[in-house]
Amino acid sequence: MNIVVLVKQVPDSGADRNLRNDDNTVDRGSANNVINEMDEYAIEEALKIKEAHGGEVTILIMGPDRATESIRKALSMGPDKAVHVVDDALHGSCAVATSKVLAAALGQLNADLVICGAESTDGRVQVMPHMIAERLGVAALTGARKLTVDGGTLTVERQTEEGYEVVTAATPAVVSVWDTINEPRYPSFKGIMAAKKKPVQTLSLVDLGVAPTEVGFDGATSAVVEHTKRPPRSGGAKITDEGEGGVKLVEFLATEKFV
Amino acid sequence: MSEVLVVVEATKEFGVKKVTLEMLTLARELGTPSAVVLGGAGAAEALSAKLGEYGAEKIYAAEGDEIDGYLVAPKATVLAELVKRVQPAAVLLASAQEGKEIAARLAVKLDNGILTDVVGLDADGTATQVAFAGSAIVKSKVTRGLPLVTVRPNSVNPTPAAATPAIEQLTVSVTDTDKLAKVVDRIAEQKGSRPELTEAGVVVSGGRGVGNADNFKLVEELADLLGGAVGASRAAVDSGFYPHQFQVGQTGKTVSPQLYVALGISGAIQHRAGMQTSKTIVAVNKDGEAPIFELADFGVVGDLFKVVPQAAEEIRKRK
Repeated sequence: MNIVVLVKQVPDSGADRNLRNDDNTVDRGSANNVINEMDEYAIEEALKIKEAHGGEVTILIMGPDRATESIRKALSMGPDKAVHVVDDALHGSCAVATSKVLAAALGQLNADLVICGAESTDGRVQVMPHMIAERLGVAALTGARKLTVDGGTLTVERQTEEGYEVVTAATPAVVSVWDTINEPRYPSFKGIMAAKKKPVQTLSLVDLGVAPTEVGFDGATSAVVEHTKRPPRSGGAKITDEGEGGVKLVEFLATEKFV
Repeated sequence: MSEVLVVVEATKEFGVKKVTLEMLTLARELGTPSAVVLGGAGAAEALSAKLGEYGAEKIYAAEGDEIDGYLVAPKATVLAELVKRVQPAAVLLASAQEGKEIAARLAVKLDNGILTDVVGLDADGTATQVAFAGSAIVKSKVTRGLPLVTVRPNSVNPTPAAATPAIEQLTVSVTDTDKLAKVVDRIAEQKGSRPELTEAGVVVSGGRGVGNADNFKLVEELADLLGGAVGASRAAVDSGFYPHQFQVGQTGKTVSPQLYVALGISGAIQHRAGMQTSKTIVAVNKDGEAPIFELADFGVVGDLFKVVPQAAEEIRKRK
């Protein structure tokens, strides 16, 4: 099975994150950039399917030059190769334009199965798998907590508010996964060394047949008008329980009219 | 005034979800609200009274297995046809899994911008979003097409405004491509009568400090006394104390209740990402240095196994 895993490089969610003041885009320059955490689960799932059914795993990433760090990190887990869509004109692209670019790249990769994380930790928008599936005219099985592959039939358990749904589709398809699906492996030393020699193909907008005016700020379908830092919360009263902590807690709740 | 389409979120068990009422309230500021019911047979009829109570002047319905038996694609197709026909001033969906997915497909079909996790929307289409774990406030606009936004639950105070909507059944013309992802089963998991996590006015969450799955009864008890939902930190979920659908934080749900009670939760940034826009935060933790106290309006440094039962007893006394 030919599997493509979508990977996004994001600012570390454990650190302070900002938008740039000049163009309102995510500040990636000053941030510690890492692989979107959920994508590691997507990579793990792809590797498990390859181990069970054979095939090839390709990483597809769209991002600036510095995304190469994340490509090597992703490859060190075990995928065979990577494709890096990189073009200065992509800076400022909205989700709709991003899906156009990724769909164009996937069109060249002939994937049976596209796996991605259910959301990225920077935008948390969750729209990419369905946007891509819509463009490619293939099924999207999203929010999987379990994925079963039986020949060309995919079955997922999808978490919902009420419980879960069992959803099936034939390949080709896009599957997005939550972090409940598996436990991603740590790259081995051998894996890290091997990743340095794995092929990374770069594709530009010209290679994909996408016009620069369709992406970036020119092609954006939405725009950030302004952004402000939300003032940090400040802690209020803190008491140490000396036998009356529970009562005092309820007294506070009562003054706030919760009790 | 132009129509504003509100795509209804509802459950079989509880009917119209609160976020739908919030969206109808928001829609009234922008134009004339029309509710769109995409679901199983008879859904619109069952929901119409509630939708009318909150100002839906009209209900568009597309119902049946063709709509409900597949993952979101048929719903997006029907909605796209409706948008082309009525040319609404805006389209609002819930910022939850399905709402975002329908909106995603609609955006591609119409080549239209999309804004998610919106907490406010002005008449000129400027949306307010909270980004980066509640640390930034962003004002955005759709610059191509109509305002297509997904609204985060607990953003607007829902207020009634009676209307008597007529139901218009839409002709369903979904394609084979829309039917590629087939829902073969829907399994309800134990939930009880508690409010849904993202919509609840009160959320009581437990963390690693709760110790084990059995002890979560304490968290549930306090939640029930306060009429709230139960949440859990990632550490608690990863340790198997509580199911994943109740996880609050970076890789779980984002909640913004009136009251958030954190029990045995240290307050790692990934957890704060999911709860720091809550109105009032209360914390109980053994470790007085735990970062959760930096956010808490009221904190108790102490053993939650002593503090929580005492608090529960005190609430019972006052009732």
